[in-house]
Amino acid sequence: MEKEKVITAKDLTKRFGDFTAVDKITFDVTKGEIFGFIGANGAGKTTAMRMLCGLSLPTSGEATVAGFDVYKQNEQIKKNIGYMSQRFSLYEDLTIRENIRFYAGIYGLADELIKEKTALLLKQLHMEGQENTLVRAMPLGWRQKLAFSIAIVHDPAIVFLDEPTGGVDPITRREFWGLIYEASEKGITIFVTTHYMDEAEYCNRVSIMVDGRIDALDSPANLMTQYASASMDGVFLQLARKAVRTGD
Amino acid sequence: MKQFLIFVKKEWLHIWRDRRTLFILLFMPVIQIVLYGFALTNEVKNSKVAIFDQSKDEATTVISNEIAASRYFNLVKNVYSYKDIEATFRKGEIRMAIVFPAGFRYDLLHSNHAQIQLIADASDPNTANTLTNYASSIINDYQQTLHPTEDLPYTIKTQVRMLYNPELKGAYNFVPGVMALVLMLVCAMMTSIAIVKEKEMGTMEVILVSPLRPFRIIIAKTIPYLLVSMLNITSILLLSVYALDVPIVGNLWLLIAESILFTITSLSVGILISNSAKTQQTAMFTSMMSLFLPTLLFAGFMFPIENMPIPLQIISNIVPAKWYFIIVKDVMIKGLGFTAVWKETLILISMTAALLGISIYKFKIRLA
Repeated sequence: MEKEKVITAKDLTKRFGDFTAVDKITFDVTKGEIFGFIGANGAGKTTAMRMLCGLSLPTSGEATVAGFDVYKQNEQIKKNIGYMSQRFSLYEDLTIRENIRFYAGIYGLADELIKEKTALLLKQLHMEGQENTLVRAMPLGWRQKLAFSIAIVHDPAIVFLDEPTGGVDPITRREFWGLIYEASEKGITIFVTTHYMDEAEYCNRVSIMVDGRIDALDSPANLMTQYASASMDGVFLQLARKAVRTGD
Repeated sequence: MKQFLIFVKKEWLHIWRDRRTLFILLFMPVIQIVLYGFALTNEVKNSKVAIFDQSKDEATTVISNEIAASRYFNLVKNVYSYKDIEATFRKGEIRMAIVFPAGFRYDLLHSNHAQIQLIADASDPNTANTLTNYASSIINDYQQTLHPTEDLPYTIKTQVRMLYNPELKGAYNFVPGVMALVLMLVCAMMTSIAIVKEKEMGTMEVILVSPLRPFRIIIAKTIPYLLVSMLNITSILLLSVYALDVPIVGNLWLLIAESILFTITSLSVGILISNSAKTQQTAMFTSMMSLFLPTLLFAGFMFPIENMPIPLQIISNIVPAKWYFIIVKDVMIKGLGFTAVWKETLILISMTAALLGISIYKFKIRLA
């Protein structure tokens, strides 16, 4: 099975002075895959993600994102990825329409296309007629779903989600994952970090980071068999116990 | 470029949605001009005085009338004893008392020496000084009228000409000051808050991941505030010309160009503050402490810099407002051209370049 690889990382390392935040991680992500990135606080997840997003230069190792080199081509990388963080990435004092317009606009989408996308997006989220509502007035779960839809409004090859469901109730979380599956079916690759082990089980493959290294990488089912555990929770605990670093 | 404009538009929406802040931004200069122009003036006008006239002759009546007619004084009371004077001062009814001794005119005409006592409330030393000076000059004028034709052989007459501001209006000094203060405040404080707000909300990260180049983001954020500042300059200049009668003697375009330069300096200060501040509150307090107070103290419009101790004089040089204040005074009030202010202009340009340079450098470090 020779599936197209959209992210490749080989011995990717990031050091801050004496501290090795990310220690020679190697992995591939294929097109349309939902790739989970799991680890305790301070394990290096965010640093790894920042390197792949072009926000931070690696100290050593190689990586390509959407076919572009993270050292030299981070401008091209930025055009081909979407990003959503645990904190709100929406402007609360702007309306839904203005938020969509802004984010679609900074990715250079044409006005016509933005209009089309806005209509489509509102329909998908069942928010028709509410385009002039201020984001501030929306319930938390809706904002999160809107934020995700906006993160992929420019049809990126990959979307990076940094703990996207923090502070959201389980039902909304499930709905949120519905959106993720839809996006994945459209061929968008999902790279997601999470704390929630039930979410890890939704992923196609999961990598578990401990002290800056990837200690395990496989499908959730395989990992559970390998570590003889009934849930991802058990797998994670076995691995995380070995951690030397403590969370921040 | 289109992306850039979309960003500017979004930034404008932020300002527009926050009407209360916008209102404050636009009316703060108006209020300051009105306050400094009419209420907080350090000119001495209509000061209340009392007269203790123990002579009641022709001469004291003329002098008293002159005093009462002067726009500096407002004769509120005639008192009849020293005790009375003290009581009136204590009640705060007057700022100065004028005492004519008994037989004032007689002494003046017969012994050529007459005395008048001026008693002033020196708890405010500057005002007391000014008041006694005004009163002395009115009395001197009277003395001149006594010998209109007679010229003494050896007299030195001083002719005083007040250049640039013949009426000694305080507005000539504080209009440039308010311009410096308002621009510094609007540009530096508001931009630093606006940038830090994006960091605090987490939207900065998302924008940084987008194809927009980091420094364009910062520039885009400052543009709406540049426009607000232009409005402020306009309203201050209109008010000063039409409400306070402070004319723009020099070249208007030079004045505007220099103001834009100072606006950009202030914006750079704001960007630098936003680089190190993590929360909007920090940004606000940093701006207040590092800009508002130094601008007030060291721009030179409240306290003369020449009178400060040497270390403070040196410190005042790093306050951009000081240079802008000099430029505005030179161009607007004295009517001087670019040749007179090129040094100050160069200083502002170098400060701006340095501030932006440091900001770009720090920005890059943060991204690496």
